[in-house]
Amino acid sequence: MATTPNAATPSDFTAHAQTLQRRKAGADEVAHLVTLIAAGILLLIAVLLVYQLWILSAESRAKFGWKFFVTDTWDPVAGDFGALPFIYGTLVTSAVALFIAVPLGVGAAIFLAELAPPKLSSSLTFVSDLLAAVPSVIYGLLGVFLLVPLMRKTIQPALKSTLGFLPIFKGPSYGIGFLTAGIVLAIMIVPFVLSVSREVLMAVPRDQREAALGLGATKWESTWKVVVPAARIGIFGSVFLALARALGETMAVTMVIGNNPRISASLFSPGYSIASVLANEFSEATGNLYLSALIELGLVLFLLTFVLNGLARLLILVTTARGSGVLPS
Amino acid sequence: MRRVKVFAVLGALLAVATFATAAGQILLNAAGATFPYPIYSKWFDIYHQSHGNVQINYQSIGSGGGIRQLLDKTVDFGASDGPMNDDQLKQASIPILHFPTVLGAAVPSYNLPGIQGELNFTPEALAGIFLGKVATWNDPAIASANPGVKLPKDDIVVVHRSDGSGTTYIWTDYLSKVSPEWEKKAGKGTSVNWPVGLGGKGNEGVSALIQQTPGSIGYIELIFAVQNKLPYGKVKNSSGAFIKADLVSVSAAAAAAKSMPDDFRVSITNPAGKDAYPISSFTWLLIPSKFSDPTKRDTVKDFLKWMMTDGQQYCEPLAYAKLPKEVVVKEMKAIAQIQ
Repeated sequence: MATTPNAATPSDFTAHAQTLQRRKAGADEVAHLVTLIAAGILLLIAVLLVYQLWILSAESRAKFGWKFFVTDTWDPVAGDFGALPFIYGTLVTSAVALFIAVPLGVGAAIFLAELAPPKLSSSLTFVSDLLAAVPSVIYGLLGVFLLVPLMRKTIQPALKSTLGFLPIFKGPSYGIGFLTAGIVLAIMIVPFVLSVSREVLMAVPRDQREAALGLGATKWESTWKVVVPAARIGIFGSVFLALARALGETMAVTMVIGNNPRISASLFSPGYSIASVLANEFSEATGNLYLSALIELGLVLFLLTFVLNGLARLLILVTTARGSGVLPS
Repeated sequence: MRRVKVFAVLGALLAVATFATAAGQILLNAAGATFPYPIYSKWFDIYHQSHGNVQINYQSIGSGGGIRQLLDKTVDFGASDGPMNDDQLKQASIPILHFPTVLGAAVPSYNLPGIQGELNFTPEALAGIFLGKVATWNDPAIASANPGVKLPKDDIVVVHRSDGSGTTYIWTDYLSKVSPEWEKKAGKGTSVNWPVGLGGKGNEGVSALIQQTPGSIGYIELIFAVQNKLPYGKVKNSSGAFIKADLVSVSAAAAAAKSMPDDFRVSITNPAGKDAYPISSFTWLLIPSKFSDPTKRDTVKDFLKWMMTDGQQYCEPLAYAKLPKEVVVKEMKAIAQIQ
């Protein structure tokens, strides 16, 4: 820079400060822009996805209309398609999976975050993270060769002889079906519930535990009545993440659900899920209507996820409004 | 057509990628059926060894995808386990020719503890079982064809393919021919609305279910049954003989096809021959009748000729039934239609 020798005047100093200010403002703007673009792309992907599914399913939407959601026929030969059995199967298997995975995952997370010695906690968390990384086809194969025979010979007869009066435990045991698919899904989503819940529990401030203990609470009372409620929203979040995975799981479910588009109250009977039928039939689907109906199923799955997520947010809102108000920041 | 745009983009990317790696060579892109993939990749590989400048890239994405990509012209030729129907042929801007390559067959495989030897199945029994009307193993429909076998009175558990497949096409094509009721209720296709049963994914999924479920019956691809040494039954053909599927009886079915139409779009299930296994089918290469690029055209024609002569020796080691001589002669003539 071409400046005079005696440059260090106060006014020069302010000029420097101003450049710094400007530079800082410039950097902030860049960062703002970059992150905005990242978020924008995410939104764009979602919008384009729905747009494409909407356009490509035009033929099926025009032909079946709202009846697509309530018809239980799926006949590629006659060109008659309805989504109801697939919606039912997707919801039932995901519900079974959550029923098993949430107590298991949250229970394990409480133990690891609050009660276990730190060394054991970190090594068990590592194992759980490993489980999350196993490809789903492996879970499917284990399901077919280990779980299915076990279900047919041991678990299903045992359920029938003890709880057989319930309609959900009736009918012949094939080993495959809603229940088996739900169990495989549960095994797959437990690591998600566990990992996220543990992090959230550990993020609850130490003061709160100490305050509870100081008021005379036992260790368990402080965990169950103070820490867990405080981490509630995060735990809900982990459950919804797991639910999203369960709704969209393809391979493992296909291998153990029985792939039969029927609606049955019994968890022992074979069923079908949206993701499974897409995986099974898309590659060999000839004919425009058939393809269009399969794509509309994809749209339905998107819609289902959307609605369930919306309900979940609503649930959080309601419980937070009347809850304790003690939340991790 | 918008719905095939995704495939077009993918195909184009693929073509660009392959082109970039081997510029200056003759590159053919093909896509379609998964069932003949092992023999096709063998053929393309051996052919490449003797014709170093020719590279054929085959994507086994399924028959439906193969037909779609061909109609969208993102591949040079396609492959399918079922012939294209008239509607699909009408969509093609350039007429498409069918060339049978090898034969496939579907066999009934079952799990009946305590039963030794192969069971015999009549067409009526198979249709009845898959319609859910023959529900127990000691049903007269099965027992009458198996004198001396003590069949249990257990329930029959039907297993079928859940994924769309050429094997399902063969099986349901056969059932449609032998049973009017089947034709009305389910019909034929790569996926159908099954009246009863459990769905397993792929041959391996079906056979796993059969092996784990006593009293079950399902159909699997012959090659899969042979390679994995799975037991399967004999089926009564139209001459009244119970035939076990093997490479010879499947080829016999193709030879017995009464009249081979000029476009080779023919179903050979339930044929007339005395030694013919009744549940088998051709699988086809789908070739456009006109190529804009003369080098590509000549390469395709040369490959087809090679496939039907020298190429045939690679079929049986891979457990594919060879084309009968009559069909080869007719196909050699049909190659001239490619311009």
